Amino acid sequence: MNVPITVTINGTAYTRDVEPRQLLVHFLRETLNLTGTHIGCDTSSCGACTIMLNGQTVKSCTLLAAQADGAEIMTVEGLATDGKLHPIQEGFWQEHGLQCGFCTPGMMMAGVQILKNNPNPTEEEIRHGLEGNFCRCTGYHNIVKSIQYAAKKSAAM
Amino acid sequence: MSTVVGKPIRRVEDKRFITGQGRYTDDIKLHGMTYAVIIRSPYAHARIKSIDASAALKIKGVVAVFTGKDIEADGMGGIPTGWQVNLINGETMREPKHPILCTDKVRHVGDGVAVVIAEDLAIAEDAAELVQVNYEPLPAVAQVRDALAANAPKVHDELPDNLAFDWNIGDKEKTDAAFATAHHVTTLEFYNQRLVPNAIEPRSAIGHYEEGRDFYTLYTSTQNPHLIRLLMSAFVLQLPEHKVRVVGSDVGGGFGSKIFHYAEEALVTWASKKIKRPIKWTAARSESFVTDAHGRDHQTTVSMAFDKDGKILGLRGHTIAGMGAYLSTFAPAVPTYLHGTLLQGLYTTPAIYYKVDAVFTHTTAVDAYRGAGRPEATYLLERLMDTAAREMKIDPAELRFKNFIPPFDGVTQPGYQTQVALQYDSGNYAPTLHKALEIIDYKNFRKRQEEARKNGKFIGIGFSTFVEACGIAPSAVVGSLGARAGLYESAIVRVQPTGKVSVYTGSHSHGQGHETTFAQIVADSFGIPMEDVEIVHGDTEQIPFGMGTYGSRSLAVGGSAIMKSIDKIKEKGAKIAAHLLEANEADLVFAEGKWTVKGTDKSIPFQQVALTAYVPHNYPAGLEPGLDFSSFYDPLNFTFPFGAHIAEVEVEAETGEVKVTRYVSVDDVGTIINPMIVEGQLHGGIAQGIGQALYEGAFYDESGQLLQGTYMDYTMPRADNLPMFEHSTTVTPCPHNPLGAKGAGEAGTIASTPTIVNAIVDALSHLGVSNLEMPCTPARVWSAIQTAKGN
Amino acid sequence: MLPASFDYHRATSVADALGMLGSLGDEAKILAGGHSLIPALKLRLSKPAHLIDLNAIPELRSITRQNGHIVVGAMATHTAVQTSDIVRSAVPFIADLAGSIGDASVRNRGTIGGVIAHADPRADYPAALLAADATVVLTSKSGSRNVKADDFFVDMFTTALAEGELVTEIHFPALAKGTGASYQKFSHPASRYAIVGCAARVTVEGGVCKNVRVAFTGLTEKAFRDNGVESALEGKPANEATIQAAALLAAKSIEVTGDSFADEAYRRHIATVQARKALLAAVAAATK
Repeated sequence: MNVPITVTINGTAYTRDVEPRQLLVHFLRETLNLTGTHIGCDTSSCGACTIMLNGQTVKSCTLLAAQADGAEIMTVEGLATDGKLHPIQEGFWQEHGLQCGFCTPGMMMAGVQILKNNPNPTEEEIRHGLEGNFCRCTGYHNIVKSIQYAAKKSAAM
Repeated sequence: MSTVVGKPIRRVEDKRFITGQGRYTDDIKLHGMTYAVIIRSPYAHARIKSIDASAALKIKGVVAVFTGKDIEADGMGGIPTGWQVNLINGETMREPKHPILCTDKVRHVGDGVAVVIAEDLAIAEDAAELVQVNYEPLPAVAQVRDALAANAPKVHDELPDNLAFDWNIGDKEKTDAAFATAHHVTTLEFYNQRLVPNAIEPRSAIGHYEEGRDFYTLYTSTQNPHLIRLLMSAFVLQLPEHKVRVVGSDVGGGFGSKIFHYAEEALVTWASKKIKRPIKWTAARSESFVTDAHGRDHQTTVSMAFDKDGKILGLRGHTIAGMGAYLSTFAPAVPTYLHGTLLQGLYTTPAIYYKVDAVFTHTTAVDAYRGAGRPEATYLLERLMDTAAREMKIDPAELRFKNFIPPFDGVTQPGYQTQVALQYDSGNYAPTLHKALEIIDYKNFRKRQEEARKNGKFIGIGFSTFVEACGIAPSAVVGSLGARAGLYESAIVRVQPTGKVSVYTGSHSHGQGHETTFAQIVADSFGIPMEDVEIVHGDTEQIPFGMGTYGSRSLAVGGSAIMKSIDKIKEKGAKIAAHLLEANEADLVFAEGKWTVKGTDKSIPFQQVALTAYVPHNYPAGLEPGLDFSSFYDPLNFTFPFGAHIAEVEVEAETGEVKVTRYVSVDDVGTIINPMIVEGQLHGGIAQGIGQALYEGAFYDESGQLLQGTYMDYTMPRADNLPMFEHSTTVTPCPHNPLGAKGAGEAGTIASTPTIVNAIVDALSHLGVSNLEMPCTPARVWSAIQTAKGN
Repeated sequence: MLPASFDYHRATSVADALGMLGSLGDEAKILAGGHSLIPALKLRLSKPAHLIDLNAIPELRSITRQNGHIVVGAMATHTAVQTSDIVRSAVPFIADLAGSIGDASVRNRGTIGGVIAHADPRADYPAALLAADATVVLTSKSGSRNVKADDFFVDMFTTALAEGELVTEIHFPALAKGTGASYQKFSHPASRYAIVGCAARVTVEGGVCKNVRVAFTGLTEKAFRDNGVESALEGKPANEATIQAAALLAAKSIEVTGDSFADEAYRRHIATVQARKALLAAVAAATK
């Protein structure tokens, strides 16, 4: 039996009937065509599907769409506001924090969470905060720098 | 006017990726699309006795189920190999059929047996569970070291044994003679373990047959769309090539694993015609682990001979190289022409002999993975160098300085001819090591190490100096070595009437940043802003026939093809400009975006020439309109980047945990267009090499089950496993291509693995530890310490 | 990869959940944080007909202090436990442990009740509950019962939970002055589960160790208390030598399961190392 849900995603409310077994990531990608959130594994390990749910990062592959009823969600598509990039996006661009771009949406969400918990994190704290997100391209060096850049940029704002 | 070449310009392509607008294959949705799930063997080796899909076909929403028999009935071929290496005795390479779906037998866990196609993925997965495959399990051989045993189960019944081919290089007699006079011989025996490439984007393919046009489109996560089109249309599905379009839009990392033509690509293309609807298949990660071609899998024994002063006299060795169950696209080239030919390294070794046995096992196919053969070659050389230095009580840096090939620029001095077929283009090796030693403050390290040891802390330093070969070429030479394709690159540079420039490149970016680097070259060449340049890649309908991206070839080969077209445009542009300026072509110079009559202020801008080329009212007689040139660049030689990497590690003696505390790399990749991108390539490569040294490994049990088949078992390097990298460069231009570029995509991976293992062994050397198997997990390191202590 | 079909039931109170559990019986599975269950559903290792989701039950999220106990609701996430001032002030090692589970996003969803009900032999909480002398509250339609952690973990993936029962609360005795505790984990680098995790709680009175509780996870089919280590330290002076001697007895009487990443000998060794670290840290906290 399908489940009716209403979810606010990047500021827009969506009401849909979802199949109980539909994962939140598939709801975003297949039902709403928000394909910026990616799927990289089936063991909740890689973090490519990381989004913000009620202000906290979650792996959207490990949540049923039905569970998101009433939630506020932010995906990569909602990071920039009024065409102005979010500091984390600025950071990744400025510091070459991405190569193939596939892990990037989830990685930026992890970065947002790190800075939310701690606006001025050390390198070690950033690295620890990224432990649930895999990148195969960058060796993480520039991702760490990207988050440091975003921290500075946010502090200056 | 400011120039952009040589500057760390931030990437043009990033905008779409950081806003979630990348378009990877799995993001594509076509009207009427169906979804495929492939039923895969749970056994390493089994006979397929029967397949019953009747229950699956009864599920609502199931469109079709196909087996290998259906494909065979249509007369489809197997997946071909792109490189032929014949046996030493002249026998042709043994190239058993690699079916799209198996019919009689399965030969590795994950081998495809049937495909279920349904209206959505969930239904396809439901139905796949109901397909009954009756297997008769058979004994398997999973380890390369067992493959040639007389009683080993055979992977292919039609072959006499599990040998795919054997191969040798060098001069055996000369090498044996060198060893006979040696003062010291260092020998190592080790297994260079299998790795799973693990691009974070799982492979995905969409087949779309349009009946009205009788036309096929394959969207696929590939590093080389034209190569896939050629292999699939000419060899597998026998389709007219002009009726097939292959699109590799945004691709989420490759590292080699997306070079190869995979069964799933042919399967969705073939099946789409059967059901007359588009079909999408996307690998679940657990499928990627058993179907993406793996890397490495070398069982090696190797020795190096030295005179009493530490000069290398010779190298000889033997590798059994795993091919997996089938010969993947470039697999035969990896342990041979990309490995055996690199065994001189950057040393003056006067005698080399090496033999390779390439074997089949009941495992996932092995093929090129970042570095492809060169990491294995560098690993054995650099482990030998550090080990020999310790044994001979010579400083490991000094041992390298003693043996470096002297500098040669390839212009005023000739290239360097090695004992193993290659001629290096240019090299100046000692400065990279000097620089790295200085950055890491080597002169104070031994004192610190001694102090640390007194306090019960084990720190170690490891070295790797290396040369590698990129941009494999030229076509005629690789053809004589067995390549079944050319290895040139193509580019169209199309100047639009308004002076904006579109570039269609045969290179393929899956993270390398071509849209930026190539645009930098074009912008400076024409004196126009980068915003006026668009780089197009990845679609056979748009780009000229190109060979794609792998082997660190894009800039050296693909960039050079662009340069050729740029030169043609400038040449034609000069004719138009001369006409407009009423001057002699010979009196014109092109600079800062305009043609100027030498010694005057008479000039005409690039944009006006472009417009004139398309609106040829006042135009040179006999000259064709348009400003649009296609070029193919076939390099004269490989390029040979080199460098020196040094790492410092700390080993927790009590637990065996290893921490990389510093990593210094000095790389010479020739002329650099975008240092930010080069550095990023190095970082990623180094991380992957550290991954092999410390964390990653795909091992099979005796029955052929993969033990590390998920991210819960296979350790990917994470942010908290790695240090900040200290990267630096020297520049020795490539003398034979117009850019002077050599390639930077794989150097990091090639150098870093031995650097780390050398550092760990150095940290523990005072205890008597002399070798470690990779990955150097805490348990293995701890156990090596216990063994050395006699516990 | 998608789960097989099931019906989804969102419970909004404990009574609601128990009602569903009663009517759906063993066809139903409880969905807590989902970080063990949903991957198992995706791989179709588990195919329940019904899922009862506890995430919309606010009462199960609460963390309070009652009569010298810290009462943690079963649906408190690892992040909630990690960042709870109540937990940090009374049982700081539990807050630290919560912060060592999985990764940041996993901690935002994973729950303490889910972990202990699942009873994965590599999970962190079970060892800590044993060392902390925690009590698990199980609630059914007929009321609640308290089960000591010692009696709760029965076997691999098996607990004292009976049919029709839910884990609703976990009670940790607040650490009194003079009592310290620590959890020391050696993680698998891929899964980040414990290869060996050791939780220790020690009271130091007049320089002597008392009420020593030491428990391990990761070594065998379930988390267990190690009486050998406990009795070796009980009544002994709280110093490095006695701790080291006790730690060396770790897992002596236990059959340890090895694997290709960490064989039996290595695990046994790491157990002694983690025991020493946990005991040293517990004693340091007790005498602070």
